[in-house]
Parts: sequence; structure tokens; C-alpha cells
Amino acid sequence: MITRKDFEAISQWIKPNASVLDLGCGDGALLTHLQATRNTIGYGIENDDAGILQCVANGVNVIQSNLESGLKEIDDGAFDYVILSQTLQAMKRTEAVVDEMLRVGREAIVTFPNFGYWRHRWQIVNGRMPVSDNLPYQWYDTPNVHMCTVADFDVFCEQRKLRVLSRLVMNGEREQTLMPNLLGTLALYRLTR
Amino acid sequence: MIASPQVAHFTEPLPLASGATLREYDLAYETYGTLNADKSNAILICHALNASHHVAGTYADQPDNIGWWDNMVGPGKPVDTNRFFVIGVNNLGSCFGSTGPLTINPHTAKPWGADFPLVTVEDWVDSHARLMDWLGIAKLAAVMGGSLGGMQAMCWAYRYPQRVANALVIAAAPNLSAQNIAFNEVARQAIMADPAFHDGTFAEKNVKPKDGLTVARMIGHITYISDDQMEEKFGRELRDGLQYGFGSEFQIESYLRYQGEKFSEYYDANTYLRVTKALDYFDPALAHGGDLAKALSPATARFLIVSFTTDWRFSPARSREIVKALLKEKKNVTYAEVDAPHGHDAFLLENPQYLGVVRAFLARAAI
Repeated sequence: MITRKDFEAISQWIKPNASVLDLGCGDGALLTHLQATRNTIGYGIENDDAGILQCVANGVNVIQSNLESGLKEIDDGAFDYVILSQTLQAMKRTEAVVDEMLRVGREAIVTFPNFGYWRHRWQIVNGRMPVSDNLPYQWYDTPNVHMCTVADFDVFCEQRKLRVLSRLVMNGEREQTLMPNLLGTLALYRLTR
Repeated sequence: MIASPQVAHFTEPLPLASGATLREYDLAYETYGTLNADKSNAILICHALNASHHVAGTYADQPDNIGWWDNMVGPGKPVDTNRFFVIGVNNLGSCFGSTGPLTINPHTAKPWGADFPLVTVEDWVDSHARLMDWLGIAKLAAVMGGSLGGMQAMCWAYRYPQRVANALVIAAAPNLSAQNIAFNEVARQAIMADPAFHDGTFAEKNVKPKDGLTVARMIGHITYISDDQMEEKFGRELRDGLQYGFGSEFQIESYLRYQGEKFSEYYDANTYLRVTKALDYFDPALAHGGDLAKALSPATARFLIVSFTTDWRFSPARSREIVKALLKEKKNVTYAEVDAPHGHDAFLLENPQYLGVVRAFLARAAI
């Protein structure tokens, strides 16, 4: 099974038999992983034709929809968890997406590449836009329009009165507890209102 | 693939939604592929307004008579007859072999005509279930259909939840909008206004209300095509310059007349009236206070819902209503909104994404 390093971490936060909505689910690999490890009832939202086809082939329930236009098909509080894995930074209306997540889900799980990672900072100091394993795009072809650091997201949550239930910052396969905003590559948050 | 139509005769009376009863009736059907030993690989294909049980392949004596969903059903096709046993059935009230208004009413020895009862989607599905009993099939691997056929697939899923493993509901809607009903009513009025209609008793007088049926089909046809597609295909193109008369001057007029006249040759006016009424009546939520989720609640099938971006007859928004209801009930559901320029007709046409999704969905159907 193809797994991203954040899959395991997310899985640990999910209660068995929970209902899960994965926004921008791609080929459905995370949902497949959660179904296998946590026996979840899962649905993906995906806009891309190729992703829909892959999800269907993988036996993952998927709804073809554009996240930016909201989750009109889904009732308030319909899901235990709504996940947005490494997609937040590509959303045009970041706040609206987070609001929608916490409307349809009791908890939101958000993961994003940490722009504050020291290698990113160093590239900027040297006058270039950061490019790394977690930010593999050039400035001209990146889908990422709202990059943030771990510190930025903490402030975002505080200002919007979002309760951070869990926070995990990773560097590669390891958890990064020392200076996470400087040394972490990927941030994972579990939020509620 | 050579198909051969068959007829099953049923003598157990069929109670209808209208309160009437069909004491006995025939269902015309075709099958493709081989039923496995467990009888677990059967897929039922439900047809839309004007189609029939001739879903795929050709007839030995009619090599040009290709089934209406031949691009979907066949060996190696998305509904793969190498793996599945596929059944096409003609609905009651139709005019292609199943009992309908053109059939001789055994009680009067005359064609049923206007006396043929109004039938509903539920009645059709009940009759399909009898056919499955007759074929010895306890549970279908899948039921699928487009447009009105999709409504039947949906109906199967909540009416016979233990008998459907997968339901493919394509270019359908949870009920007709006022605009949909309005188009149907104009079509019906066109038929009934034809002097040859004779209050529906035309068959015993050996005439056909062809003019009315032609207009009805022309109206229907407009709703099957997207505005863009019609513009691209016909635009304002003239056949032979302006004639300052009422002949078919514009290509679109010529096209609609041709389609309408062709249709009026082979289709029955009483059937048209009944099928459009079946469409108008379909509304599973009605019995549940308008709550579609409650109506679909008994279903246990995996659902594939497909819509087409330019379909304005049954728009993607209507399919999303079905998806919303299924999500509310936490049913297994996948929704594909296929980008296609053709409007409602897209469900009958080649589209790699559409056919690919159906293929992938059915590949995971357990048999």
C-alpha cells in the first residue's frame, strides 16, 4: 500500500469505526489506509477526473466536487472527522474551507508543509523561493497560494477561536519536538470549535 | 454479438400503483453473456423513454439493428458480458414486445389502447422482480440505467434492497421538476390534439396519430441536447436559403422533423403518454414527507451516481440531491460529474471518463 508519512499520524487520531471525510482525497490512499487500520466509513471529495477514476478502481467512495464551492451535499455535523491533507495551502479561500470542515465535521484534521522549515528560510535568505521535498514546485507553477508556518497557523487558530486538540510536527519520518517551526517539515493539527 | 429476444409470460396478477391490476402480461427481454452457477453475476439494464430490451448486439436477421447501449454492454466493454450475465427488459406499457397499449386485450379481443392502465416506475420494478424470479435470480450484481432507466435502478435499490448489490443511476433525477413536467405535458397535448388520436382508440381504427407523436418527439429531442451542442451542430445554417415560407428552412428544423417523423413510425402514442406520466409520477420522497434520504434508507447497494455537466434536462444539481440523500444515510456512494458537451444524450455516447468510471465500478462488483 502506498502511504504518506502523515497517514500513520492521522490514523492514530481517528477513533475506530468513525466516519471520515477526506477533502482532496486524490486516489483515495488515505481513506483506504484508515479503513484498514480504523475500520472507518470514509468518503473522499475530489475534483480531478483521474482521481475519481482511481478512487473508483480502489473501491473508495468518492464525490466529484470542487472544494472551493463548499460542501453543499453534506449536512452539519455529518462526520466525526474531516481531513484536509496537504491541500490547505492550495485553497484560495482558506478560512471558508476551515469553516466548512468544522460545519460538517466534529473535528478537523489539517496537514500542511511548514514554510518555516530552516531550509526554506535559508533559500529565501539567499534570494530564492523555497523548493524542497515538501514544496516541490517552482514559483511559477506552484498550486500553493497560501503558504504558512507552524507559528502562523497557531495564530490563525487562536484568532478564530479554534481549539487545537492535538498538534504534531514532523521532520521526515520523525516527530520534531525541538524548535518545530524551524526544524519541522510537515505540520498536523486536530481542531475543533 | 448476436442477440435473440425472448418473451416471458406471467399469469400471476400484478397489482399496480393506480389500483388497477394486470391479470396477465408478457415481458420481452434479451440476455447477453452466461449466468454463472451461483446465479450471482446478473446485471439488469433498465431502459429510458423510447428504448427497449434490445440493449446490445444485433439480430441474426437484422445486422444493422444495433442495441441502444452497445457501446456500454458487450464482451470487453464496461459492462463486460464475458464476466456478467446482462438482462435487457422492455417495460410494461411499451410497444416493443412487452404487454402494452398495442397488445390485444384478452377480455375484449381488441388492442388495449386507451384502456391500458397507467404504470409507474414502481410497477415496472415490481414486474422486473417477477422476471428475475422467473430467471431464478435472487440477487442482482447490479441494476443500471440512464435517465428514466436510472430512476428504475434507484427504485430497485430501495424497493428490493436485498436483491441489489450495486445500483448505477446515470443522468437521472430524484423526481421531475415543474419544467420537466411542463415539457411532458406539451408533448402529451400534441399527441391528444392529433385528430387521428381518437381518444387513444386509434389502433383499432388502423390509424396512427403520427403528427402529434412527431411534435412530441421534437419537443423531447430539444431537451436531450445542450444549447451549445445544438449551436455547434446546426447554428443558423439554412438548407437552401430563405424561402419565406413554413417549410423546414433551418437545418435544426429539418433535423427535428426528421427525428420526429422517424420516431412516429415505430413508436406508439399511448405508450408515449404513459411513459411520460410514469416520469412525472416518480417521486420516491413523496411517501416520506419529501425526505429523499428516508426513501433511500432501506437500500443496501453500493451506488454509482453519474451526471453530465451540460445536461439541462436532469442537471448535475438533481443528481447531487440523490448524492446528498445517500450521504445523509451513510450509504456507499460514488458520484462522478462527467464533463461532456452533449447534454442529456451524453449518457448514450462515448466518453472515456464516463465509460471508465462504469468499468472500474463494475470491476469491483463481487460476483
